[in-house]
Amino acid sequence: MTNFIEVHNATKTFRMQYHRSLKMMAIAKLKGNRTHDVFNAVEDVSFTVEQGESIGLMGLNGSGKSTLLKMVSGVMRPDSGTVLTRGRIAGLIATGAGFDPQLSGWDNLWLQAAILGMSEAETRRKLDAIVDFADLGTFLDTPVTYYSSGMKARLGFAVAIHVDSDIFIADEALAVGDRPFKRKCKRKMDEIKNSGTTIFYVSHAPGAVRSLCTRVLVLDKGRLAFDGGVDEGIHFLKYDDTEDNVVGDKEDDGLGADV
Amino acid sequence: MSTIGHDRAAEMPLASPSPGGTLAEVFRQRYLLSMLVRNTIKSSYQGTVLGWLWSYVQPGIRFAIYYFIFQVMINRGGDEVPNFAIHLVSGLVVVHFFTETFNGGTASLLRNRRLLNKLPMPKALFPVSKTVVALWHTVPMLVILLVVCLVVGWDPDMLGVAAGLLAFAILIPLALALALFFSILNVFWRDFGKLIGTLTQLITFSVPMIYPYTFVHERFGELGSKIYLLNPVAESVLLLQRCFWVGTGDDPAYLTSRHMPDDLWARGGVMLVVSLVLLFLAQAWFKKYEGRVVERL
Ligand SMILES: Nc1ncnc2c1ncn2[C@@H]1O[C@H](COP(=O)(O)OP(=O)(O)OP(=O)(O)O)[C@@H](O)[C@H]1O
Ligand SMILES: [Mg+2]
Repeated sequence: MTNFIEVHNATKTFRMQYHRSLKMMAIAKLKGNRTHDVFNAVEDVSFTVEQGESIGLMGLNGSGKSTLLKMVSGVMRPDSGTVLTRGRIAGLIATGAGFDPQLSGWDNLWLQAAILGMSEAETRRKLDAIVDFADLGTFLDTPVTYYSSGMKARLGFAVAIHVDSDIFIADEALAVGDRPFKRKCKRKMDEIKNSGTTIFYVSHAPGAVRSLCTRVLVLDKGRLAFDGGVDEGIHFLKYDDTEDNVVGDKEDDGLGADV
Repeated sequence: MSTIGHDRAAEMPLASPSPGGTLAEVFRQRYLLSMLVRNTIKSSYQGTVLGWLWSYVQPGIRFAIYYFIFQVMINRGGDEVPNFAIHLVSGLVVVHFFTETFNGGTASLLRNRRLLNKLPMPKALFPVSKTVVALWHTVPMLVILLVVCLVVGWDPDMLGVAAGLLAFAILIPLALALALFFSILNVFWRDFGKLIGTLTQLITFSVPMIYPYTFVHERFGELGSKIYLLNPVAESVLLLQRCFWVGTGDDPAYLTSRHMPDDLWARGGVMLVVSLVLLFLAQAWFKKYEGRVVERL
């Protein structure tokens, strides 16, 4: 099998800014405090992902999941170690981040598609499918300012989910979508999974991870604490405890409780 | 979704997902650049009845105000500097393009932090798109200027047209270089954003726009005007005046010899080289630091 993601000893160091103004910095210097401190949000993480694998990345808040995902997607570069990927990366990140509220849904659809790396021809080819998926009707002609948050999310998702990808990544809440729309997203993601696309999925929802993933990585304070099977990983995190699992509504499609 | 066979999988190289490169990468993604530019322009006229006509109305009104104040009210220019309004507006076109690129470009990375924080986009897209938008805003101004020149009576010459082109050949790489350089600086040192307004004003007064270049020569002497002319924006203003304003006078040859420095062309050539070198350096600087931008946004 071909490796689609290779992460070797990746470390990402962030600065923690304590004091920023000149006055505060001077005071800190005089008192002998440090003006900034560094810490590793991701520390010495290594793993490889083969083609067609579906990874669920889990961990507590602040454990470095989003940071690791950003290195895999190419938003950030590791300070040491390497991150290598194969093919086109797309997914449910930044859905709607490029929206211009003044512009109509149509304009934003085209703009968002371009931002996500689609060419003009590709956008035209998928236009009907995207419009169908968003299901916004004539509201597509009105400025996005007047959309409800759910409508905005639908448009963002509709575009994002139609980008062809070799690696599909997701780190996003679908909390505002209504149930039929969530169902539709879940179906689409299953379709992506079944087509053999490599998936890298950040989630706090054990239900969604169970149904979508074939392997779980758990981060603990930036270090890779677990790498293995789905149930074992969820157990490792103690997320399988049904009593505590308030969000784990069996009926829920799982997508709603994500990061 | 793409169902890729193993042969295709093997064909795709294992590479860093992080986009590098600056201007070349932006050129490669010119469809995205054109979408960003188009939507910025569209967005600024959205919901207005006049739409894109505003891009003519706004500078038109601005020019009229300047004309009224400087030519009608305080009668600047007189016989010594005929058609002072054209002299002034030539300068205004240059200054406006320059400050818009400089201001907008500097703020461009911070302003798009939401996108940059989530998507691996070539960061140079944003300062470049600001430059293109500013250039787009310059077109209506040039059209208005041209119309006014034709109304007043304009005798265009080839050398003048060349001067106009040289003005923008100097200006565009220079403004882009500054946009690239300061967009990065602004992320690491936000205080810079506060300084920009003041710098912009300085530019307005440091070019021969609301006063003719001769004033500088008379007041500050040989050395003073030498230093004054080191400013590439002032050089561009003079070149654009050479293009439009000189041709509207009764005696263009006199205006050139009276109000233009003798070595206008030699300076223009040197400035062109300088601004290209600056663009090259700014690119290298951008490439060096853009990798650290996202975590500091
Ligand atoms: N740009 C940044 N500069 C400084 N610190 C940062 C930056 N981005 C993230 N951090 C810090 O890095 C740590 C890991 O953050 P990250 O967003 O990766 O966590 P996470 O696992 O995604 O958490 P959550 O479950 O809440 O989404 C946190 O302590 C966060 O404060
Ligand atoms: Mg997160």
